[in-house]
Amino acid sequence: MNFEYFFRLFFSGLTRGSIYALLALGYTMVYGIIKLINFAHGEIYMIGAFTALIVAGALSLTGMPALAILVLASVVALVYSSMYGYTVEKIAYKPLRQAPRLSALIVAIGMSMFLQNYLLLAQTSNFLPFPDLLPEFSLPESWGGMVNGPQFLIFVTTAIIMVALTLLIKFTRMGKSMRATSQDKVMAALLGINVNRIISYTFIIGSFTAALGGILISSYTGQINYFIGFLAGIKAFVAAVLGGIGSIPGAVLGSIVLGMAESFAAGYISSVYEDVFAFVILVLILIFKPSGLLGKPEVQKV
Amino acid sequence: MILDVTELTMDFGGLRAVNAFSLQMDKGEIIALIGPNGAGKTTLFNCVTGVYYPTAGEIRIQPPGNDAESIKGLKPSTIAHKGLARTFQNIRLFPNMTVLENVMIGRHTRLKAGVLGAILRDKRTRQEEEQIIHDSFRILKKIGIEQWANNQAKNLPYGAQRRLEIARAMATDPFILLLDEPAAGMNPHETKDLEELIVRIRDTEEISIFLIEHDMSLVMSLSERIYVMDYGKLIAVGTPDEVKNDPEVIKAYLGEEVSA
Amino acid sequence: MKLEAVKRSALLAMWFILLTFPVMVVRVNTVTGVVQWRWSNLVLVGLGSFVISLVWNWALARTAGRGGEAAEAGATDEATGGSGLRIGERMSDLRTMLSEPRYRTPAYALLAVVIVAFPFVMSLYQTNIMISALVYVMLALGLNIVIGLGGMLHLGYIAFYLVGAYTYGILNRFFGIGFWVALPIGAALSVVAGILLALPVLRLRGDYLAIVTLGFGEIARIVMNNTTKFSGGPQGIGGIPRPTLFGLEMGLLGVTRYTYYIIVVVVIITVFVVYRFENSRIGRALAAMGEDEIAAQAMGVDLTRMKLTAFALGSVWAGIGGVILAARTTFINPASFTVWESVIVLCCVVLGGMGSIPGAIVGALALILVPEYLRAFSDYRMLMFGAVLVVMMVFRPGGLIPKRRRSYTVDVAHEEEVVS
Repeated sequence: MNFEYFFRLFFSGLTRGSIYALLALGYTMVYGIIKLINFAHGEIYMIGAFTALIVAGALSLTGMPALAILVLASVVALVYSSMYGYTVEKIAYKPLRQAPRLSALIVAIGMSMFLQNYLLLAQTSNFLPFPDLLPEFSLPESWGGMVNGPQFLIFVTTAIIMVALTLLIKFTRMGKSMRATSQDKVMAALLGINVNRIISYTFIIGSFTAALGGILISSYTGQINYFIGFLAGIKAFVAAVLGGIGSIPGAVLGSIVLGMAESFAAGYISSVYEDVFAFVILVLILIFKPSGLLGKPEVQKV
Repeated sequence: MILDVTELTMDFGGLRAVNAFSLQMDKGEIIALIGPNGAGKTTLFNCVTGVYYPTAGEIRIQPPGNDAESIKGLKPSTIAHKGLARTFQNIRLFPNMTVLENVMIGRHTRLKAGVLGAILRDKRTRQEEEQIIHDSFRILKKIGIEQWANNQAKNLPYGAQRRLEIARAMATDPFILLLDEPAAGMNPHETKDLEELIVRIRDTEEISIFLIEHDMSLVMSLSERIYVMDYGKLIAVGTPDEVKNDPEVIKAYLGEEVSA
Repeated sequence: MKLEAVKRSALLAMWFILLTFPVMVVRVNTVTGVVQWRWSNLVLVGLGSFVISLVWNWALARTAGRGGEAAEAGATDEATGGSGLRIGERMSDLRTMLSEPRYRTPAYALLAVVIVAFPFVMSLYQTNIMISALVYVMLALGLNIVIGLGGMLHLGYIAFYLVGAYTYGILNRFFGIGFWVALPIGAALSVVAGILLALPVLRLRGDYLAIVTLGFGEIARIVMNNTTKFSGGPQGIGGIPRPTLFGLEMGLLGVTRYTYYIIVVVVIITVFVVYRFENSRIGRALAAMGEDEIAAQAMGVDLTRMKLTAFALGSVWAGIGGVILAARTTFINPASFTVWESVIVLCCVVLGGMGSIPGAIVGALALILVPEYLRAFSDYRMLMFGAVLVVMMVFRPGGLIPKRRRSYTVDVAHEEEVVS
């Protein structure tokens, strides 16, 4: 057994899992509150990455230092993605709160298709190289060169976001309102919680983390196009289901497990079927443990 | 005995919703299951009709003209086929279908026509189809909502929707009808009509009735025997008068401090 | 128009100008390092979102005002924008008119003449487009069984289309099997594939079902992409023969016309079968399941069997459509079977009206033919499809031609004796 190969796959899986986690958090939060698979979530991730690319590209002509560009581009991209998330909810999902779930799902697919093609038409269908923004730094020799700088940055960011979100949901007033809203919207409204505002916050936070994931992975892989969001979005959803939908630690755990599984399967079995594994895992988990790794079993109300 | 529930237990995670509950029902009886909110009444219904798989215990039925058999853990559709029909606490009609179509779905389990028959529309299928319409309309008349036959179910007044649920359940030709809070949300007048309807169904259709209800005057005047449930357990059983004066029952309903 | 509404729309337009600024105005090419500033887009977005927002809010108020489905009654007072709503009303007026035999017979006769004459009046190019559109009509009718009746959001429908197309392609490539033999085999294999997919998703709720079926569709495509020896891989399979007629030699024009008539006949058969199915015991049970699974089960409807039936009966049309597609284009490759193809079929169903047979036909014809004839729009095709899904669900969830409930007449006098 080749240990170096193993560890390389391990860390590449962890990287992938961390990005899925940043996306899966948004899925799980939105699902927890309005019980909808937000298919457009992956598009928000893509728009985040694209906005960062556009801003960085424009700023690089001004001769600004790389670090300043990185910060500015990221901030603009994060703000814009949150705005997109907020707008999508207001336009497409809010009018359908009372409608059957099938309608809301169809709208979500329509929105995803619309945003993808919006980017395609307004920008380009080609892959664009993503500007090299992440600061170059090398990790200590003793780490054996199996983790590189950007990977390390991705792990750390994901961990920080996860802790911050957990604290936010557990201890802040907004977090408590979110939990109340996800359990019973009518009751929450009766207790004076502004449900519409809470749903908006959820979309904004989810879009923020998704865009962060988009920017990180694009700087890591070095290229993007309008299509990167869709598959990543679907897989992040699979990860959220795997971990137990509605659970934040579950989303992270599910993402890491899925990232690892994909990485090892691609490394040891076959890389052409890489995208198939996620769906196979999804079917298996839904059949054998539909509540996911950390979710509570759902009792069907009759 | 046509329904025999013995030591039925249903757990949800750590919560024991129904705790070793036993219940018997004879042919032609009207029995009621009462108890405070959250006592586990609907959960018991769901176990009997196959929506939940009970954790422990046994459920046996004796359909007319057939041997007694266990129905524990069967699919809801199979249980419906064996002759148990139910209504739902929060009305579950097919909202976009017409009233008549709702009842026609109830006939589904008693008929055979398959996909091929549907496409070829042979003589037997056509006759069957006519028979369904005829039978369904007759049931609507019996329940007294035939004037709405071609309206969408969701457009019916509330009381009529409750009655339609009963009509739909009766269309499955049951020998036991399980009614989950049939009078919920009805005014006194509607409740009175409902009471007459239930007695009529029992008397003319040879259907035994098992109901969950909160309207005590309805329960007391309708039922022959009453089972009282609290925290998933049986705390009393007997005639309306016996149950009314049972100290355990009074305690369950009014709280600890009131003594009988 | 109220000043308040104008003010709101103006604010909204400003929001959209801000929101779309980086994407719409700036275009960066990171390869060449060129940045383009397209300021004119700013004006476009501003005006566009202003007008759309006015119409949108007006339509939203209108939809709320009359409470959803009452939309069928034709309120034809105002003559403003909201085209989706207005077209829908005209359609339903038309349908009422068509239910009278006085109009129906000549209308159907005219339709029949148009259908028969079409390939002789129109060019080869247009006949080809019509064949594609009719294939989509079939797909929409098939998917309608699963979504419109069964209420299951199936996003992998195109996989069965793929099964049909590749059945013909592969059988022909290795065994030289012709169109007429491949047609039933393709249909049968699609049914098998439909049942195989239905088995694991039987217990899944709506949203999970959507993702799993989507995954299934993608898997089918990925497999075709990677089994080069068997399926030709990304290059696909070429040189698939067109349909034959007793070994008769037909020119390209002749064979295209012939293919056109084949698809017309198949579509008529599809409509006939789906119509009869819908109004049958099983069709009704499937519709009941689509409305409320728990209640349907309690009425004795076996969900397992119903779902298998829906998937099998939905897939067969896609399989047949796939074989015909392969025969028309003589070339197939995995790139024509992406998840977005499934979404296009979904779009046809949603536009026409879920559960409605005339809806599926009109929806498919409109969505396939309009972009073909309005070439200027063809780049915006997918964008429009996405918008159609959103707009229809928000404003007219029943579709252009909503499903009509069948009403039954019973001889009341004859029933008198049974009243107790």
